Amino acid sequence: MTKSPEKLEGAALWVNLRKLTAARIGLKRAGASLATQALLEFQLAHARARDAVHAPLDIARLNDDLAPLGLPVVDVASAAADKQTYLMRPDLGRQLAEGAAAKLKPHAGGYDVVFVVSDGLSAGAVQIHAAPVLAAVLSELQKQSWRIAPFVMARHGRVAIGDAIAAALGASCAVVLIGERPGLSAPDSMGAYLTWQPSAQTTDAERNCISNIRPDGIGYADAAFKLTHLLAAMRARRLSGVALKDLSDRLLIGGSSGGG
Amino acid sequence: MYRATIGSRTYSFSDLKTLLAKATPLRSGDQLAGLVAATGEERVAAQFALADTPLTTFLSEAVVPYESCEVTRLIVDTHDKAAFAPVAHLTVGGFRDWLLADEATAPVLAALAPGITPEMAAAVVKISRLQDLMVMAAKCSVVTRFRNTIGLPGRLSVRLQPNHPTDDARGIAASILDGLLLGSGDAVIGINPATDSPERTHALLSMLDEIRAKLEIPTQSCVLAHVTTTLELIGKGSPVDLVFQSIAGTQSANKSFGIDLALLREARDAALALKRGTVGDNVMYFETGQGSALSANAHHGVDQQTLEARAYAVARAFKPLLVNTVVGFIGPEYLYDGKQIARAGLEDHFCGKLLGLPMGVDVCYTNHAEADQDDADALLALLVAAGVTFVMGVPGADDVMLGYQSTSFHDALAMRDLYGRKPAPEFEAWLAKQGLIDSANRIRPGELPSRFRALLPPA
Repeated sequence: MTKSPEKLEGAALWVNLRKLTAARIGLKRAGASLATQALLEFQLAHARARDAVHAPLDIARLNDDLAPLGLPVVDVASAAADKQTYLMRPDLGRQLAEGAAAKLKPHAGGYDVVFVVSDGLSAGAVQIHAAPVLAAVLSELQKQSWRIAPFVMARHGRVAIGDAIAAALGASCAVVLIGERPGLSAPDSMGAYLTWQPSAQTTDAERNCISNIRPDGIGYADAAFKLTHLLAAMRARRLSGVALKDLSDRLLIGGSSGGG
Repeated sequence: MYRATIGSRTYSFSDLKTLLAKATPLRSGDQLAGLVAATGEERVAAQFALADTPLTTFLSEAVVPYESCEVTRLIVDTHDKAAFAPVAHLTVGGFRDWLLADEATAPVLAALAPGITPEMAAAVVKISRLQDLMVMAAKCSVVTRFRNTIGLPGRLSVRLQPNHPTDDARGIAASILDGLLLGSGDAVIGINPATDSPERTHALLSMLDEIRAKLEIPTQSCVLAHVTTTLELIGKGSPVDLVFQSIAGTQSANKSFGIDLALLREARDAALALKRGTVGDNVMYFETGQGSALSANAHHGVDQQTLEARAYAVARAFKPLLVNTVVGFIGPEYLYDGKQIARAGLEDHFCGKLLGLPMGVDVCYTNHAEADQDDADALLALLVAAGVTFVMGVPGADDVMLGYQSTSFHDALAMRDLYGRKPAPEFEAWLAKQGLIDSANRIRPGELPSRFRALLPPA
């Protein structure tokens, strides 16, 4: 049964106001409660976010997507054996699984940077966004003669797993591309965490983060621009974290790559 | 040493914090901290031992050392022995029975509050079911005032939370319009800013104050910036109604938030000096949540529910208008699923109320927790039945800035209808004046009230 809508609802008013915010405003009511359409739209968004959290990382596909970039790809896992352990034990997600060190060892050398790709809380995010962002970043860094370590794919990893990986490979800096906590409006958002000379003692205050990387958030070109900018600043100043402000916004505004 | 014998087996617990932790109903944060009972039987043994523990024990054994923690010193130094006297002879179990008894009425409980330490309240929680937590909390009456009166019997207030991912003023105004039409905003209109810059915070404060003044809304506004930002802005003349801050139950956890008690005192004094309240001078708004101390690696081997109760000792020292436990925000490593979140919400609400605080609950969950809208509905209904002071109102329950699900304007409206709860009286009268209350005394917007056009973007 459809009730006759309230005078305020369905009005052009809300159509216009919804252009100003992604918030769920002006939803149709039945009495005090949500009308059916709005209820089911919420359920769909939540279902997608839940699916994103629990979807597994397709290692073979990611490997195929990274292969054209011309670097070896190493596949490791964290000490969190499955998704539930990952969710409940952040400490295990920060450590490498047994055997991971042996996989990394043959690749050890002197590198300026290692890129780690981890499923985190949204495998879909890195599955879609990691390769295009890395492609854009790599071409720029190779021009600047950066020594880049093999790519590392880390299943069930937290951000700090990059610290152990950088140490094992002998890289001066770690960039961890990781699936962020999915929101209802963005189930596939990727974060990039940059750490200069990471170690077991590194705290989160010593990292820089670019959040919300996805076509509707920070697009690939802007993300790559921010990443290369921060990496250059990090190498020049030999530090990362709160002491290293992200000034790339100033360059982006009015620059060629635009806003979003 | 604390002991309980179950059949032929004697369980022992080395100190009070261990006893409290082992007696705590299971939750993931305590598992993560390595504090939980090894078996179900050990947990109940701890509950038996705790039930037999005299309340006076809590005055002589601190769970976090007095010497190294200013929160412990606050608890011990401000304990009111005269208020404590009526229950001084009781054990924890006896105290639970005393609280549930018919003689423990609202005025009796209000007089008792300064005599109760957070750890005593937490201990009662460990041996209570959800129903007990509801019954005991519902008997507590806590009323606070700024531009309206919050916490009166038969009332349910709502914080209007109009967050926007880039703090866009027009987007925020659109959410405020929606919320006001549906009767939200009597607790506070409170924005979580996307970035904590003084310029941004000032702009948002000015916008909120302008809206409130134009529409003559009898409520208060708040931008939930760090206390240092708000303090700086008070000095520069920004229109600050309430000072917000996240707080925790240990000095070290508070330090990780960049605060201490002296800073909170300074901020409260600064807000009081503005004299912006019209019917009262409760100028502080605090948020808390189980797991924050562990998350800051500042838990001292104490379980997360006990630490949460200690945060309320911090809160009550500053006579807040509102205290809000953001119960499911922190994630499944602290509260795993809907069941753990529901229990924590009712625990926090009870402890806050018993200690004399105007407790609200952000009934919420993240997408990586094992919870959904059904869990949120259940907890919200239980809290309203237990007399929760206020809840959140977020457009469509979806906070597009913080990326989690809270309760919606519609949820609050449905609860007000279901339980017959009204907004704060001044705000209710304002809603009626705007024509937003129908002939059956329900909040039901019809035509857009003319002065609400101030919230629309210029054509």
